[in-house]
Amino acid sequence: MDLNLNDEQRLLRESAERFVAESYDADHRRKTANDPLGFSPAVWKQFAELGWLALPIPEEFGGLGGGAVEIGILMEAFGRGLVSEPYVATVVLGAGLIDRCGSAAQKQAILPEISGGSLKLAFAHSERAARFDLAKVATAASKTAQGWRLSGSKIAVLDGHAADEIIVSAHIHDHKGPSGRIGLFLVTATAPGVAVSDYERLGGGRACNIELSDVHLPEDALLGDGHDALPAIEWAVDRAMAALGAEAVGIMQVLLDTTLEYTKIRKQFGRPLSANQVIRHRLADMAMQVDESRSMALRAALKVDSPPVERARAASGAKAKIGKCARFVGEQSIQLHGGMGVTEELEVGAYFKRLVAFDTLFGGSAHHYGRHARLGRTIVPA
Amino acid sequence: MDLSFNAEERAFQDEVRGFIAKNLTEEMKRATALTPSVFSDPDIGMAWQRVLHSRGWGAPGWPVEYGGPDWTPAQRWIFETESARAGVPNVNVMGVKMVGPVIIGFGSPEQKNFYLPRILSGEDYWCQGYSEPGSGSDLSSLKTRAVRDGDDYIINGTKIWTTHAHHANRMFALVRTSDGPRQQDGISFILIDMKTPGITTRPILTIGGDHEVNQVFFDDVRVPVANRVGEEGKGWTYGKYLLEFERGSGIASAKLREGLKAIADLAESDLTGRAIDSPDIATRISEVEVDIDALEMTELRVLSALQTGQNPGAVSSILKLRNSEIRQAVTRLGVDVIGHDALAVEPMRPLYRLNHEPPTPEDMLTVVPEYLNGRAYTIFGGTSEIQRDIIAKMMLGI
Repeated sequence: MDLNLNDEQRLLRESAERFVAESYDADHRRKTANDPLGFSPAVWKQFAELGWLALPIPEEFGGLGGGAVEIGILMEAFGRGLVSEPYVATVVLGAGLIDRCGSAAQKQAILPEISGGSLKLAFAHSERAARFDLAKVATAASKTAQGWRLSGSKIAVLDGHAADEIIVSAHIHDHKGPSGRIGLFLVTATAPGVAVSDYERLGGGRACNIELSDVHLPEDALLGDGHDALPAIEWAVDRAMAALGAEAVGIMQVLLDTTLEYTKIRKQFGRPLSANQVIRHRLADMAMQVDESRSMALRAALKVDSPPVERARAASGAKAKIGKCARFVGEQSIQLHGGMGVTEELEVGAYFKRLVAFDTLFGGSAHHYGRHARLGRTIVPA
Repeated sequence: MDLSFNAEERAFQDEVRGFIAKNLTEEMKRATALTPSVFSDPDIGMAWQRVLHSRGWGAPGWPVEYGGPDWTPAQRWIFETESARAGVPNVNVMGVKMVGPVIIGFGSPEQKNFYLPRILSGEDYWCQGYSEPGSGSDLSSLKTRAVRDGDDYIINGTKIWTTHAHHANRMFALVRTSDGPRQQDGISFILIDMKTPGITTRPILTIGGDHEVNQVFFDDVRVPVANRVGEEGKGWTYGKYLLEFERGSGIASAKLREGLKAIADLAESDLTGRAIDSPDIATRISEVEVDIDALEMTELRVLSALQTGQNPGAVSSILKLRNSEIRQAVTRLGVDVIGHDALAVEPMRPLYRLNHEPPTPEDMLTVVPEYLNGRAYTIFGGTSEIQRDIIAKMMLGI
């Protein structure tokens, strides 16, 4: 039992925090927010040079073989800077799914490209009718003589506009109809029948909806051999939630620090705001919730490779708890900044919006407390 | 980073598990499960203390020279966790965990030689004389006065919320020996034999129906000056040192988890018409479980820091605060889970020695009293409001 960072992890944290502090300031954020790409290709290149894109990729495919804890260290620093590069889409979700589901040839072709920074991925899974149910996929993949034909609609695809390849989940239909298996397909964003409509994402970066209309794919567009990909999807999303939880911790820490500073400086009725017990106690609660969130993000990361139920409960527990804490810390940061907190003139709002996006992504607190409950006990649905 | 214990620690875990399984009687287990107050009654609690003492585990936090087992922080964690899992009696902490460390830190050689072995063996049973009717959170405003008369102090005043004063043969107390410029000055830390003439004890019944706390009156009580710990007038320093121990050894999550498990088992039982099938109840169980997970991780993070000699900082206030709040959440959930059975009051104590048929199934008997008595968790040992003040000051610097 040891939860202290080792030397390599400490170095990773220091370099990530230094990068964010030196290169990722408010000006940079403003510039990328107004850019149609939503992030900086130069920064992406730096990520590659720093080894961050290779971080969780196995060593045999040109990676560094890091785990969820290392991803979390990086993501917490990213949160501090509201980093908008497509790290979760490409490295956490994309590379994770390739590693889990891809054939040896697919891994060999794709993973080193990700490490080197020349290939970006996105994961198109969510559908409007499915809400947060990962098992519900209406997009259909039918076998054709040459390969596959895909049709369906995907929503809330992180960074899909920037992806060279999009991993699309689809229900595999064989000659007898729906097979009950979900397959993952590599789709080139420019392929005929693929329509990507992207939008500015709440809290920074971009996301998109994707329409697939009779998209014809070659045989080897399917990742792996067509086994049901749902367990891998659940693993990848759980790992992404742990990573996003760590990012939320970084965001919350900035909001706490900023708000604390402000309440020390801002004077009302002849004394600093922080001299009032009601304010001090609010800040104490915020600090406590940031600390609890840090514990939960770490816990989820440490259990990413535990047996599925244990992993899923840790991930859902973390997502639910951190989501709840994030809303509290974010809303109170605005409250304690007063009217200025509601304006675009301070960055508090930008940090808050990223927390709202975090809470929503892959399901909010209510959904994940429910999943946690269903996985933990025998519950007869009402 | 690693959440699992190493081979040595796992061997220790097996040893603790084996020892508890061999020595914890069914009677002790049942009595503990059916005690809705904080501590087991002395016949149960001290029986377990003697068992632990026989194995050299009577005082986990003490240095070896005074009879401590010389455990690493991880071993203490394992011991506390296994104890909670097995449902061992809640031994009164006033001896081993409170006055013990103060005597070790500040007592004279004579005091150490006399008192420490008697704490270890359970021969002495201690109570804490801190709070007074006029001094709750503002503890140092206390007024109980000790006036020097030759080799004695003569004590007059009153102490309140004195847990198990009706069982204790000794009390450690903060008393005023002089008036200084600050109210914290002039307080002394004194050890009192409860059989001394002039001491009377009045029971206070809690809203859960338990007699656990008392008010104690001192009417010209003569106590030898030799019973003072450390210097005269420096009692506040010793008292604060002790409060850090009271706020928790930082290992509470395992006990919370057992408490929640008992409630969740009830929710899955036909006795409650399977309360768990209500999505509201199921979700609330998960919410509390996740809060316990977070507390456990924070405890383990503190433990990891301690293992490498780092100072965990003001986090003990966070642990105390979250432990008390989660404990209340567990008991609140319990009341909602048992439904109509929450209406039934069983006034007799102890609940494990009733000589009539109780009004509810036995597993439910403690639910409402624990909820009612549990309101005290956010009050004793420094209220939640005081803990938030400490967090603001120590962690946030405001």
